[in-house]
Amino acid sequence: MVYSFPEEVLEYVFAFLSSDKDRNAVSLVCKSWYEIERWCRRRVFIGNCYAVSPQIMIRRFPEVRAVKIKGKPHFADFNLVPERWGAYVYPWISAMARSYPWLEEIKLKRMVVTDESLELISKSFKNFKVLSLSSCEGFTTDGLSSIAANCRNLRELDLRESEVEDLSGHWLSHFPDNFTSLVSLNMSCLGSEVSFSALERLISRCPNLKTLWLNRAVPVEKLASLLRRAPQLVEFGTGACSTEIRTDIFSNLVEAFSGCKHLKSLSGFWDVVPAYLPAMYSVCSRITKLNLSYATVQSPDLVELISQCSNLKCLWVLDYIEDAGLKALSSYCKDLQELRVFPSDPYSAEPNVSLTEQGLVTVSAGCPKLQSVLYFCRQMSNAALIAIARNRPNLIRFRLCIIEPQAPDYLTLEPLDTGFGAIVEHCKELRRLSLSGLLTDRVFEYIGTHAKKLEMLSLAFAGDSDLGLHHVLSGCESLRKLEIRDCPFGDRALLANAAKLETMRSLWMSSCSVSYGACKLLGQKMPNLNVEVIDERGPPDSRPESISVEKLYVYRTVAGPRADKPDFVWTMDEDGALRFS
Amino acid sequence: MEKTPDKISSSSEKNEVLNLKETELRLGLPGSEFLDKKATGFSLFGKDLKDENNKNIFSGAKRVFSDAIDGSNKWGLCTNRGSEVDLGKNDVLFSPRGANGGVKNTNILQSSHPAKEVPPQPVEGKKDENGSTASKAQVVGWPPIRSLHKNRLTTNLSRNNDVKGKSESSCLYVKVSMDGAPYLRKVDLKTYCSYAELSSALEKMFSCFTIGQYASHGLRGKEDLNECHLMDLLDRSEYVLTYEDKDGDWMLVGDVPWEMFTDMCKRLRIMKGSEASGLAPRVIEKCKSQN
Repeated sequence: MVYSFPEEVLEYVFAFLSSDKDRNAVSLVCKSWYEIERWCRRRVFIGNCYAVSPQIMIRRFPEVRAVKIKGKPHFADFNLVPERWGAYVYPWISAMARSYPWLEEIKLKRMVVTDESLELISKSFKNFKVLSLSSCEGFTTDGLSSIAANCRNLRELDLRESEVEDLSGHWLSHFPDNFTSLVSLNMSCLGSEVSFSALERLISRCPNLKTLWLNRAVPVEKLASLLRRAPQLVEFGTGACSTEIRTDIFSNLVEAFSGCKHLKSLSGFWDVVPAYLPAMYSVCSRITKLNLSYATVQSPDLVELISQCSNLKCLWVLDYIEDAGLKALSSYCKDLQELRVFPSDPYSAEPNVSLTEQGLVTVSAGCPKLQSVLYFCRQMSNAALIAIARNRPNLIRFRLCIIEPQAPDYLTLEPLDTGFGAIVEHCKELRRLSLSGLLTDRVFEYIGTHAKKLEMLSLAFAGDSDLGLHHVLSGCESLRKLEIRDCPFGDRALLANAAKLETMRSLWMSSCSVSYGACKLLGQKMPNLNVEVIDERGPPDSRPESISVEKLYVYRTVAGPRADKPDFVWTMDEDGALRFS
Repeated sequence: MEKTPDKISSSSEKNEVLNLKETELRLGLPGSEFLDKKATGFSLFGKDLKDENNKNIFSGAKRVFSDAIDGSNKWGLCTNRGSEVDLGKNDVLFSPRGANGGVKNTNILQSSHPAKEVPPQPVEGKKDENGSTASKAQVVGWPPIRSLHKNRLTTNLSRNNDVKGKSESSCLYVKVSMDGAPYLRKVDLKTYCSYAELSSALEKMFSCFTIGQYASHGLRGKEDLNECHLMDLLDRSEYVLTYEDKDGDWMLVGDVPWEMFTDMCKRLRIMKGSEASGLAPRVIEKCKSQN
């Protein structure tokens, strides 16, 4: 009987539950379990900062130690979300500063973070340990100085992919001399040079440092000195490696790397001179993750390196690797789980490298554990996709970007419907899918029929009609995030599947055919959704209702329409009126 | 306006395959045609986008029709499905903002006035293999690459145009100014490996500006070199060598090891002794304590 367990026992048991899903399920059992659980929840994940308000979070979970919040929609990465759209973190920080004095961790993604926010963080949480700003923007190195100076127990400072206004490298020198707790530092997005001696001293006095991602400004000749001070590193990102090769630099590097017995992950390598790569050979056999996406190195040199990495699980690389290199990858790296191939020259009309669909087919055949793919290429065929699907039914993430929009099967000139259809049919555990190439409504029929575990779908320049969108919304039971650009999807599918939208985190549609009238209707029908019309042409009601909106962002929320909208965003209100901020 | 033959010609095969009629483009109110065709749906725009001769224009505020521009870019692509898109004579890709003109079946979609124009983002058109000109305009956000990643790549590709003050690789040029001299000089700190060498180089450079006394004391050991030089200088109240470090502060040359100095030095200034009086006493004391 539930009542026979004292609260303390239940709390003790609940402490073993780390997954949010499990905790949410537990909360639904009965009122007392709800109460016990909410007092002992320490970690909160907020997938959309506008889905809930800081006050609501704090009211329900009063003893949180770690928050993770995501802001802008994913397409913001590709400049589709206008500046000043929102996702400001300050209100969250200010509310938490009052209510969570023991907060230890803040992880943010795609949010606007100001120096004021950073300063407030640094002064409000005495036990602050982890700050992770992924793809964030809005702050300068002055904000970092506050963090460095005031967070005495800081363990992690991760700025991956953020856009930081780099006033100077001086911020690093703000870590006090008695600061020794650093475990992880990722400053790879910064431009300015930090004081090298300050960096050296910092590294020397932090014995628990496991992750160090330098920025481009640290030249290769300085790496050895750093590595020697931190042989316990597990993840290391170099700076630029473009200095002309010299024997002494090289041999120092070899020696330094050979001292790093725990290194598992390497990245950086901006503009790396190929002759430096052999310096890493001594660690290659332990390497499980390799990020060469900034290494403009040709295939043979890449193959030399990769062929030594028999335990490689994750490879990010430029398309310089070419089909030949991927073939080598598939034969040397049997443990490979994730592959990302980025385009070295995406804007040229002609291919600059010999990378085709064949490379991916080969890897899918040779790497039995492959589950996650991001692949940019210039040609694809249904046959190749079918082969990939048959080879790798264990795929979980499949993101294919054929650089030319609407490119058909280059062999048959047909749409790629059957190819992607095979992917969703064979890969029953597929959770994430990005489509490209020439696609008709057919492919969406396949997706709606088969992709039952699909959680995130990205579409561009695909489909023929509303039927396509309807198939997806009505068929994909697990769908949480749908992002669409430049597809002929309009009102009917959207309105017919309005209820579905409440079961999803968000829907993004830009350059589609959704009329303003439909948006208003949707906003009226669905009070638990924020229907945001993003239109930089001025108020939508200055145009006929049948005109398509530029961009539409629909997300479920318990916080109501947001109050911080810029002048080009309108929330469709319950009473059909236009609501400005 | 309809597609003109020269646009379709080189891809007529594909048109046959793709059923041109379905893809015929017409102008009209966005969505209006669609509403008529509810039952059948419609294919919005021509899929024959691989016309070799195609040029592109992407514009936010500008008109839809492209004029032929140089550059063999295959990206004629319509971004706005919502309206009937007219691709004009050549393939054209325009931002949705240009699309909703609100005028039925006539003309170009009105040029609109977006608050923010689609940035054409011309990229290194030098990459063009045909040797044809011009930067290519692109669709916003396509291909879907993070801008950080793009920037890093383009930085690499256009390294020749790198305007960084000092390159990381082979040289470290800093400006040297001398009070009273009509012009400045530049020295490459990497070509020296000690203060002694730097100082003698500077003396040679600026000798024409009465620095004779500054230089003529020969080289001593690295450690006490600078102090002694400066001592000599100060004896004569002539010049003091200072440098600006990364933080923007003016420092006396000679306090830190040479390596560290080259890291931190952004520019040099040969200051008149009288101005440097604030710096001098420290040095004098140092020398005294060493002697």
